[in-house]
Amino acid sequence: MPFESRRAYDVGMAPYDSVFSIIGPIMVGPSSSHTAGAARLGGLARALLGGTPVRAELGLHGSFAETGAGHGTDRALIAGLLGFSSGDDRLKDAFEHAREGGLSWSFSTVNLGQDIHPCSARFVLRAADGETLDMVGSSLGGGAVRITSIQGYDVDISGDYPTLVTVHEDRPGLVREVTGLLARLGVNIAFMRVARRHRGAHAFMTLESDQELPENLVAEVRAMPGVLSARALPRLA
Amino acid sequence: MTSYRFESMADLVALAEAEQLTLGEVALRHEVAMGHHDRETILEAMRERWATMRRSMEMGLEAPQKTMGGLSHGAGQLMATHRPLLVDGIAVQVMARALAVNECSAAMRRIVAAPTAGSSGILPAALWGAQQRLGCPDEGVVMALFTAAALGMVMANRATISGAQAGCMAEVGVSAAMAAGAMAEMAGAPPDVAVHAMALALKNTLGLVCDPIGGYVEVPCIKRNAIFAIHATSAAEMALAGIRSFVPADQVISAMGEIGEAMPKKLKETSQGGLATTLIGLEVMARRPRVDESRA
Repeated sequence: MPFESRRAYDVGMAPYDSVFSIIGPIMVGPSSSHTAGAARLGGLARALLGGTPVRAELGLHGSFAETGAGHGTDRALIAGLLGFSSGDDRLKDAFEHAREGGLSWSFSTVNLGQDIHPCSARFVLRAADGETLDMVGSSLGGGAVRITSIQGYDVDISGDYPTLVTVHEDRPGLVREVTGLLARLGVNIAFMRVARRHRGAHAFMTLESDQELPENLVAEVRAMPGVLSARALPRLA
Repeated sequence: MTSYRFESMADLVALAEAEQLTLGEVALRHEVAMGHHDRETILEAMRERWATMRRSMEMGLEAPQKTMGGLSHGAGQLMATHRPLLVDGIAVQVMARALAVNECSAAMRRIVAAPTAGSSGILPAALWGAQQRLGCPDEGVVMALFTAAALGMVMANRATISGAQAGCMAEVGVSAAMAAGAMAEMAGAPPDVAVHAMALALKNTLGLVCDPIGGYVEVPCIKRNAIFAIHATSAAEMALAGIRSFVPADQVISAMGEIGEAMPKKLKETSQGGLATTLIGLEVMARRPRVDESRA
């Protein structure tokens, strides 16, 4: 039987949908997957946390652990957490900037399982205000990334689209209220995913949009009864 | 309004032929149809990438770069000042520029991933060479970058551009295939011929493993970019001569995916086999830093 290529289109979205996912990013070397992708994952984690963490425990899986040091993966992950883009010359000196900025970190080798992409990392972060984040993400090649888990919930977020992430009580009508609000604000939903660990547990929702999310959206979603948390991720540069 | 969406090389050629467009123009129209930016903004973003590519070529030729692993030093300069004996002057300068860009990348200088950083020297160097040969303006090179992007998107979506998933053929192989198709189109090849150039280039990288010494993107990566910039040029020239890939491009891509899955993990960017575990490779490995020792 002939080999069937993994068809990204079959699952609804192509990770390489834009010409700039192939010609780009403009980045500091040496590796699009191990440096630029790592910085982008760090940037997404920072956005989900809501700012620069004061403490970061980073677990490196597979090729990230094996060849990360030579690829500057460690510095790139920290650079992303500091809000530096993959093309920022400060990436090279990220450790010094982290020390100055009061971010302490540790790296370890972890095994995130057989099914995950070989270039993956787990971020366990704490912000100054006590906010915490547990995120797993993969660098797919050429700088494209995917967040695969947030706070233990399976997700699939590319960072290519402005994204709303909520944790809420699993009750009827809530998802409709959130999507209704988006419709009233003129925001079109490109991709949507709802997950929960078991019936009656908290539910987790990600909404990826074609447009930038309005500034007041997060506050309005947070104010809805039953919503425990809401965060917005900007489109990744 | 048509979306100019393509999932295969066959789709891409059919789209271009139906509307009598170049592959580059199809890719540009696809990007416009995504609706995020207008045509001029997209063109300007691609011009910025070509300008960055040119800067990285110049930067690497001006001064030897201090790479992270220190395994390559000034190869671009050495090549640029070499009086050619076996190939013509442009070919030597193409190699010099591919070396220059990859030394910059390995030194954490700014480059453009195309499609990856480890393979970032091939496309700018090869297109620069074609530009010299054909006397083409920068705007023509910018359109060739759209051609390269279209070909790269199909390879990335139907197989992979991750060395950790399929070895070096997914990075240098894809990059050379993108460059071959783009150069053929620059030289006036119709869409199907440009795709044959792409297929010829990719087919002849199948099986190429990713076994970088010490985990640095330096050996064999930097010199491999120079070699495969010329490989891409050969594939384009063969296609322009009328030579066709016996295996259709989409089937070559499927073969790459299959070979990538079968390739042992130790040869997929883990530095646990091949060149990485030669005697000299192990010596470098023994003195490299470990990520999990870093903390503060």
